[in-house]
Amino acid sequence: MRAAVIVFPASNCDRDVAMALERATGKAPLMAWHGEASLPDQLDLIVLPGGFSYGDYLRCGAMAAHSPIMREVIARAKKGTPVLGICNGFQILCETGLLPGVLMRNASLKFVSRSVAMTVEGANTMFTARYAPGQTVRIPVAHGDGNYFADKATLDRLEGEGQVAFRYVQGDNPNGAARNIAGIVNDRRTIMGMMPHPERVCEPLHGGTDGKMIFDSLVSALS
Amino acid sequence: MTEATLTHAIDHGLSEDEWKHILRVMNRAPNLTELGIFSVMWSEHCSYKSSRVHLKKLPTSAPWVIQGPGENAGVIDIGDGDAIIFKMESHNHPSFIEPYQGAATGVGGIMRDVFTMGARPIAMLNALRFGDPKHPKTQHLVSGVVAGIGGYGNCMGVPTVAGEVNFHKAYNGNILVNAMCVGLARTDKIFLSAAKGSGNPVVYVGSKTGRDGIHGATMASAEFDDASEEKRPTVQVGDPFTEKLLLEACLELMATDAIVGIQDMGAAGLTSSSCEMADKGGSGIELNLDKVPCREKGMTPYEMMLSESQERMLMVLKPGREAEAEKIFRKWELDFAVIGITTDTKRLVLTFKGETVADIPVAALADEAPLYERPWVEPAHAKPLGAVAECASVGAALQALVASPDLASRRWIYEQYDSTVMADTVQKPGGDAAIVRIHRSNKAIAVKCDVTPRYVQADPFAGGQQAVAETWRNLTAVGATPLAITDNLNFGNPQRPEIMGQFVMAVRGIGDACRALDFPVVSGNVSLYNETNGQAILPTPAIGGVGLMKDVTKHASVPFKGEGHAVMLIGDTKGHLGQSIYVREMLGREEGPAPAIDLKVERRNGDFVRGLIEAGRLTTVHDVSDGGLAVALAEMAMSSGIGARVTMPSTGSRTGFWFGEDQARYVLAVPAGDVERILSDAKLAGVPAVKLGETGGTSLQFDGEAGVSVKALKAAHEEWLPKLMAG
Repeated sequence: MRAAVIVFPASNCDRDVAMALERATGKAPLMAWHGEASLPDQLDLIVLPGGFSYGDYLRCGAMAAHSPIMREVIARAKKGTPVLGICNGFQILCETGLLPGVLMRNASLKFVSRSVAMTVEGANTMFTARYAPGQTVRIPVAHGDGNYFADKATLDRLEGEGQVAFRYVQGDNPNGAARNIAGIVNDRRTIMGMMPHPERVCEPLHGGTDGKMIFDSLVSALS
Repeated sequence: MTEATLTHAIDHGLSEDEWKHILRVMNRAPNLTELGIFSVMWSEHCSYKSSRVHLKKLPTSAPWVIQGPGENAGVIDIGDGDAIIFKMESHNHPSFIEPYQGAATGVGGIMRDVFTMGARPIAMLNALRFGDPKHPKTQHLVSGVVAGIGGYGNCMGVPTVAGEVNFHKAYNGNILVNAMCVGLARTDKIFLSAAKGSGNPVVYVGSKTGRDGIHGATMASAEFDDASEEKRPTVQVGDPFTEKLLLEACLELMATDAIVGIQDMGAAGLTSSSCEMADKGGSGIELNLDKVPCREKGMTPYEMMLSESQERMLMVLKPGREAEAEKIFRKWELDFAVIGITTDTKRLVLTFKGETVADIPVAALADEAPLYERPWVEPAHAKPLGAVAECASVGAALQALVASPDLASRRWIYEQYDSTVMADTVQKPGGDAAIVRIHRSNKAIAVKCDVTPRYVQADPFAGGQQAVAETWRNLTAVGATPLAITDNLNFGNPQRPEIMGQFVMAVRGIGDACRALDFPVVSGNVSLYNETNGQAILPTPAIGGVGLMKDVTKHASVPFKGEGHAVMLIGDTKGHLGQSIYVREMLGREEGPAPAIDLKVERRNGDFVRGLIEAGRLTTVHDVSDGGLAVALAEMAMSSGIGARVTMPSTGSRTGFWFGEDQARYVLAVPAGDVERILSDAKLAGVPAVKLGETGGTSLQFDGEAGVSVKALKAAHEEWLPKLMAG
């Protein structure tokens, strides 16, 4: 699996996700700078990492969505290249319109950093195939703007089409997200955005390995 | 240019003697720009004029110390070519005036101190002291400071992993915000601040210079009064986005060999960075202020030199390497300007619009800054505590204590800090010390900051010792070998002999403990004049410690790991209740002497516990500190959800046994079958050890009393701070 991690100014989980990919694939991913206009032809996966791209100025992800590399990412995504957006990456995917909805300020109006329990709602994607459907996993969140919102019709469609990938366990929703949504996929199931950070729970020393299955699922599907 | 006068000097916070001293070293009256430069360089904050003579007595060396105090941060060797660079610094006054920006820029400033030396920051800590929880300002200050620390640190992508928070009315008008940054570098890639050589380009990088923060260093060197909030414009505004870019750009340039010296522009901005670099390099510096990137039009040399705009660095490059460096900074969209040149004149010369606007001998600003041996009196020893009535129920008292301001859960705070970014955090907030793995290795560092201000108030010498010992103990409790500390000495007005006495004795206590524990001071910061309307804070010498674990898989943590395990106590219990949380919270008495410290015992007990952890024989350890043994047990129970039945093994005061704050103690939990061997090993090592009981069930039961539900303890423990903040 050949993966690229896009690095925006003030991305700060780029190294962490690169480590997770390296552990899963045995080789370091390509690190692509936001100012580049193109990506190598043979790419199996594009990752938009967590962080504070462009300082979260204007709106989280809003400026990154318009950076030069994103034109190429959007073109690839439309051709079917899988894209995984984590935290700020999820915000960027929503800002580009590759995924529906928006991520608003947390309902508490405070940054939240803690481990949350989620159920795997859709295990029938290349991102989640290694999980058992309905499995409960614990993965940390760390964000100020993770409150997923979309209009009722969109939410109903996401539910109806099985596009909700992860849902916070009732009572453990850290941000007020509509219908406890923690992560979604697009209708073709080639793009996933999620607020929690799977790259931070990939080995026993992290205190858990519940995030590793995402990277292992991708390796199985794309190698 | 306007010649300055004595009146100007006094308005700048200088004394009449200091003004005369300036006239002597300049051999003429300075102009206003020059006076401004003197005033910040000779401020307490920059010159350490009241503290230097005492700080010199601290132990600062050990075979593993690469760089002691005097640089931007201290450096220690952790083997395999890796170095840890760390320092703690205060941002007390700005945080009281504008809590969000004050705390945020405190975090930004200490990070720059660390990455300016070539390290990537890998862990942040903070030591916070707020006023009485019921004081009308406390909620606002807690909320703003925590959001500010999180806002900056989270954006930087550096985990905030540990800290300490106290509430006491002595901080009502003067909170303390001390931030510590720990970074990782290679031992052969450490950058110092000396501007060596002549004819080397002096380069400005980072943000543009604005009018913010002018005279911040002077403000930090004066007492507060009711009008202090009018000083809000002197608080700087932080931009963590720019700092993140500056960090990456600096590390990218540091991978080359283009840099001669580099220094961040912190307190007193361009003035202190240029003076200190020239002073350390034994050189002079000539700056053309027309070249300084400015945020606003019409800035004067005075404003440029005294601005404390954030996210700026000053570098001296090897000649001819400017283009290479500029390319890197342009890539990161940062300002880059060659603003001057090093000289051999040993003078700081500033030109602006073709005129020389300042010309000062560097030594006058740095080494020849005033030095005071302030008069001091040894503080009176606290009176004996007197009788304490036996508590009726240990469980009931415990239930109240775990929900008291200094012992309640800090979850509301630390869940606003990203503690797991960088994916190397092994022990998150809530442990005795945080553990952060060294990237791509099997080793780790442990980090923690500690001080018990009420002990220092009662007995500055013992309190200073205790702050170091508790830091050492917390690192030991997770299995690390303590290596070195940074100290952040927060005190009141040094011109009052009793305050100076607290300072002198606390520093002696710190030095004594550092020597006994082989735990040298490698960096630090002094914050004096922490007073409002003549009311001083509790003396608060915060200690930040770093320890090393060679095998990160062998570490210990606080929660009980299972039922039916034996609960053991290491260390001697005399039942010392003086200055304890118990007598303060339950009896309303802030009385008695601080607990006695025996550093030989401290070391012996700690080495024994660490040895068990390193041997893989022990995974559950908690040090005994605030609130005593009962509180330590409650914390082990609350974090695991597992109860315990424990019994006092001797006769005497149960209150003293369960709530006394005797030092050098640890609680262990081990499989029942391991008890005998640990007891016999302890006996051989001369370490007091005793079995207290077993884990199990859902309640904590003391001496056969009715048990107190762990769930109820936890609810009370978790509820206090969110309730305060919602109130």
